Formats: sequence, C-alpha cells, structure tokens
Amino acid sequence: MATAAAILGVPRRRRGEQAIKGLLLLAALLSVLTTAGIVVALVEETVSFFGEVALTDFVTGTDWSPLFAEPSFGVLPLVTGTLLVSAIALAVATPIGLGAAVYLAEYASPRVRRAVKPVLELLAGVPTIVFGYFALLFFTPEVLEPLFGEPLQGFNALSAGVVMGFMIVPTIASVSEDAMSAVPAALREGAFGLGATKLQVATRVVFPAALSGVVASFVLGASRAIGETMIVLIAAGLQPNFTADPRKSVETMTTFVAATAKGDAAVGSVAYEAIFAVGTVLFVLTLLMNLLSIRFVRRYRQVYE
Amino acid sequence: MRAPRTDRFRAGIFHGLLLSCIVISAAMLVTLLLDITLDGAGSLSFDFLTNSSSFKPELAGIWPALMGTLWLMAIVTLFVVPVGVAAAVHLEEYADPTRWWNRVVEVNIQNLAAVPSIVYGILGLAFIVRGPLSLGPVVLAGALTLGLLVLPVVIIAAREAIRAVPPSIREASLALGATQWQTIYKQVLPAAIPGIATGVILALSRAIGETAPLIVIGAASFVAFAPSSPNDVFTAVPIQMFEWISRPQEEFHQLAAAGILVLMAVLLAMNSVAIWLRNRYERKW
Repeated sequence: MATAAAILGVPRRRRGEQAIKGLLLLAALLSVLTTAGIVVALVEETVSFFGEVALTDFVTGTDWSPLFAEPSFGVLPLVTGTLLVSAIALAVATPIGLGAAVYLAEYASPRVRRAVKPVLELLAGVPTIVFGYFALLFFTPEVLEPLFGEPLQGFNALSAGVVMGFMIVPTIASVSEDAMSAVPAALREGAFGLGATKLQVATRVVFPAALSGVVASFVLGASRAIGETMIVLIAAGLQPNFTADPRKSVETMTTFVAATAKGDAAVGSVAYEAIFAVGTVLFVLTLLMNLLSIRFVRRYRQVYE
Repeated sequence: MRAPRTDRFRAGIFHGLLLSCIVISAAMLVTLLLDITLDGAGSLSFDFLTNSSSFKPELAGIWPALMGTLWLMAIVTLFVVPVGVAAAVHLEEYADPTRWWNRVVEVNIQNLAAVPSIVYGILGLAFIVRGPLSLGPVVLAGALTLGLLVLPVVIIAAREAIRAVPPSIREASLALGATQWQTIYKQVLPAAIPGIATGVILALSRAIGETAPLIVIGAASFVAFAPSSPNDVFTAVPIQMFEWISRPQEEFHQLAAAGILVLMAVLLAMNSVAIWLRNRYERKW
C-alpha cells in the first residue's frame, strides 16, 4: 500500500525498515535471476554446439543420431515427434476441457460445481510419472490394442498423446472457465431478454466474449504439452522417427534431454552440448507461447474487470 | 412460451455433450486409480516401506527413496517459504505496478510458472550440480532445483492471499502509528497465512511428483542407503518408480504401482490439509 503510506505520511523512523525493504526486493529479483540463469546456461553450451554443427544441418536435417560414431544432428525428427504427441494431446484436451469449462461456467448449479471441481483438481494433481505408467501399462495394452484389433508397439505416440491430453484438460478447463465467469451477467441477461435460449447464450454470447481467455487456455495447454517429459519418456519410447504415424515410437525434445542427461553423453561432447541446443529450442518455443497466453489473459481481464 | 421442439432437442444434446466431458474426465481418473490400486496393492507391505532397493523384486523397497523425498521436501520448504513470501510482499506492498520494471518482474514470474520442468533440470545441471555452485548430484542440489521450479507457484499464491487482505486493515494500522513493515508483519501476513499455507502445500505437492528435473541433474537410480545429510547422493520416490517402470519384468511394474500408491496417499493427505486449511480459515472480510 504505497499510496496509503504516502497519504498518511508514515514516518520512516525504524532503522531496520529500509534493510527489510532491500531483502524483499532481493527475493523478488531471484525470479529474474532464475530466468537469466536459464538463458545463460542454455546459450553458453548452445554456442559451442553450433561451433561444431552447422545451423542449417540442425534446422533442416531429418536424421537425429547424436550418439553414433558418425553422429547426425538434424533436429526435425525431435520437432515432429514433439508436435505429433502435442497435437494428439490437444485434440483430446481442447474439446473435453472446453466442454467442461462451458458446463461449469454456464450450466452447473453451485452444488454440482462443488462436486465436479475436485475431480479436475485431482486430475491436475496426478504426478506425470503416474500418467506415464498408466499410458504404457494400461492404455496401450487394454484400450488401444482392442480398439485397433492388432498388437501395437509397446511404445507409441498415440498412447502418450491421449493420456497427456487428460493431463492438460484441467489447465484448459480452469483458464477457460475463469474467462467465461468473467463475462458480465448483463451480457447474458441482455441476450435472454431478447429471447435467446441457454444454448445460444453459451455459444453465441459467452463463448465469443470469452474468446481471448479460451485462446489463452489453448496456448498454455500447448506449451505444457510441448514441455511434458515423463509421459513421453515412459510411453513413447526413444526412437527419433521422422514420422506422422501415431502408432510409431517417437522421441521428443524433452525426452532427448532427459535420456541423454541421464547417462550416455560425456560432458563436453557434442552430444552433451546438444542437450542445451535442444533445450534452447524448447525454452524459446514455450516462452513465446507463455507470453502469448499471458497477453490474451490480460486482454479479457482489462475488458471485464 | 416454450421453445420449439427442435430447439429443445438441440439444447438437450448440447447439455449432454457438456456433461459427457466431465464424465469422461472423471472416468479416466477412476480408471487410473483403480488400475494402479489393482497392480500395486499386492506389493504394499511394511517391508516394502522399510527395505532398500534391490535387484530381487521380492526384497525391494522404497526406504532410501522415501527418505530422499522427505529430505527434498524439507529443504524445498525451508527455501521457498521465506523467499516466496518475501517476493510476494515486495510485489504487493512495496512495488509500484505502474513502473515498467515491476511489470517485467510480474510477467517473468508468470512465465517461469509455465517453463517446462526439464528446463529447470538443465539450469540445475549447469549452475547447481556443475558450474558456479558445483554441489554434485546431492540432496541439496535437487532441492534447490525443485525449489526454483515451484517458487513461482508460491509467489503467485502468496500474492493472492496478501491481496485479499482489505486495505482498511492496513489503513487502520498505519493510522495508529505503525510503520509500513510493522503493518505488514503484524496485520497483513497473519491474515494471509491460510492462503499462503495452501499455496505452499500445493507447491510441495507439485515438487513431490516431479521426476524430469531430478533425472537431468543426475539423481541416482540405485541408492542402497537413505541420505543422512544434504550433501549425500540421493534418489526420490518418482525416480525409483521410473527406474522400476523401465525394467521389463512385471514384478517391478507392480512395485512401481505400489510406490505410486504411497506417493498418491501422501499427495492426498497433503491436499486434504490444504482444502481443510482453506475452508477452516477462509475469512470473508
């Protein structure tokens, strides 16, 4: 309350006061330092990585085999692997998350809301390693294989993607619902007054009015999908296939980082530096999406609050 | 006046579709919990909790991993509570939101909350395990990495709790002659404690299940002894689960499921405390 203090003219009589203020500032600056640390850590090794691998080979190559005797560093298989799994996850999470959001914001009575919200909160609280276990040992053998009617590869992009979708449902549902709840009641009442049905109000008044929040939820969900590691590491295998076939095993950017850091690359080797190069791509991609989603959330907040 | 029949029909379909989104999510959650319970309940025993990891599934337990997780959580708490609350107090009570640098700090924290956890692992590897701090893959390094990862969660929750304390409380305190810090320390923070505690518990329940950053910083996958200081190498429950899931034998998968049950039980207990705190101390001003 800087303003209240200014109006009341609080005397700065206690000597410790300024010191405390400095300490609090330091704590807040730690978050800036964290970001700076991430950037420095990534850039340092990434620069030396590109001292040995041509940028064009990295960006356009379709063969990723950093640990071979004749290594190849074409990042496209990792990018397509990431996009494939994320696209499947979003295809599952977007309709379910949006449906849940519309239901909670427009249809559910307060009692139903109190019963339903914990379901989403529980889903959001499940550790990703548990989803990974479920994808590998239940979803692939017990759901997908009967569905396809044929044995599948134990590691496949589809299972990881679908299960990841359920991990993202709470993100999309809660951010979208916040946006829909922020739409002023007057807009709804106006539409009802003109004779609109509940369906029309939900889809043609509230949904468009909350669109920036809905977009924000989608972008945030996509960012989480791209950054998710454990589900893919456990259930999608580690084969850098350049493919769009969801029944195949894929390697994503995150799983490459995890698997390589876990053991098989010597410090200082190009494969080790590749961890940081791929980390940079991952960080920049998610940073852009996060900033986009923060901007969209701010937009509806400015309009309605 | 009743809506035409086709409209009512479409409304019904739409309502049903929305409801099915909730039902599918709930069904998924229930299936997941059932599957893990069926797989893991048979391996749960007192010995499972107190034995060390082993290459023989019938002897394997999670004691070192459990202790590793407890060590991690203790240090993460000691780290994130003071730092997170201090940062939140600065942003809510002292920082002028019209200044551009304060807005940058704010956006920065929102972004950090959504940075992939594995990137924190890279940060921990480059700066904490190696590089400037060079701690090696020990408990303290893991805890600092996880601490940085959940710090934004704590800051955001603490800010909301502090913001919920009405300005009139501050004004009354200032009018009685308290300084700004006295007002914060004696009035604002005590009123915000339930909200802050809820946020801290949620942050810890995120940290307890995090696996990827610990893998990247090099947490050991086979540790025979529980760590006895912050400078010991360690493993954690989710790391141990990952190790077991990665093995081909089904017995180890069952052990992983049993470990997940333990993890979920701890998580459920933590969340129940958070919900209880929220309901018990929630104050309408």
